[in-house]
Amino acid sequence: MKTYTAHITVTLRRAILDVQGKTVEHALHSLHMPQLTNIRIGKYVEMSVQAPDAETAMELADEACSKLLANPVMEDYAIRIEEHEGAAA
Amino acid sequence: MKIGVVTFPGSNCEGDAVRAGTVLGHDVVRLWHKDTALPAGLDVIILPGGFSYGDYLRTGAIARFSPVMAEVIRFANGGGYVMGICNGFQILTEAGLLPGALIRNANLSFVCKDVFLRVELPTAFTRAYAQGSVVRIPVAHGEGRFIASADVLARIEDNGQVVFRYVEADGTTSDSANPNGSVNHIAGIVNEAGNVMGMMPHPERYVEATLGCADGCGVFESLAMSLEAIAS
Repeated sequence: MKTYTAHITVTLRRAILDVQGKTVEHALHSLHMPQLTNIRIGKYVEMSVQAPDAETAMELADEACSKLLANPVMEDYAIRIEEHEGAAA
Repeated sequence: MKIGVVTFPGSNCEGDAVRAGTVLGHDVVRLWHKDTALPAGLDVIILPGGFSYGDYLRTGAIARFSPVMAEVIRFANGGGYVMGICNGFQILTEAGLLPGALIRNANLSFVCKDVFLRVELPTAFTRAYAQGSVVRIPVAHGEGRFIASADVLARIEDNGQVVFRYVEADGTTSDSANPNGSVNHIAGIVNEAGNVMGMMPHPERYVEATLGCADGCGVFESLAMSLEAIAS
């Protein structure tokens, strides 16, 4: 078994107006940064995953997302798996 | 009729629901989120408003996995009447008992005020109201914007699953009468079978004229009428 870290981001689906992101975008534009657009605000979830390999770790994280961490009606998610720093060889 | 009102950690309108049922002469029992069995003879289950589990992750997302919800789902699938009010509506969508989802209000503000609702097609929860009538019911929520994918929305509309819409006092829809930006001004829906209803406004708060308005009584009356119709 190895220890992996799953980095998960959950954001509103593209088709849904992200009013929070829109509000922040307006604020940034009022700070004279019109170059910054399409702002999306979401959640970041980090967790340790015990798994024999990265593929299994990804499957476990994906199951967590589809069952609880994200609601497919309104949200998309992305997962990045990395082997835990300092993990025993 | 016998009504069960569920309390989750963070519910805060269960007392209002219990009081409304009691004031209207019904037998009301309190249910606890850890319950793994329902009392015998329940006719209706109410999931009340509040902030179950602190709205952590998403509104209703954690409550949906409470032990009692397995029983609520079994009860609903058996044809029992289930009504989710506000946070209860959010829990029902998370549980998959109702389609769509409820997200942050379009104006990002918590909205707490009376709104006008138009009663759409008659359902088990609204048959006591005249179709198309306008009622005044309070809302109090930050995440009540109803959304659904285009195909799901079309199905909800085609099936006549929209129970209440936000309207002006004269019954017409308008953006200014829509407190949260809900798609198609939707304030409440039923499932396809017609026995599970969710709504963001709080009918349980308006069942006594002495407290300002009794327009919410119709929901309870409708359920009693529906049960009577089944029994006869």
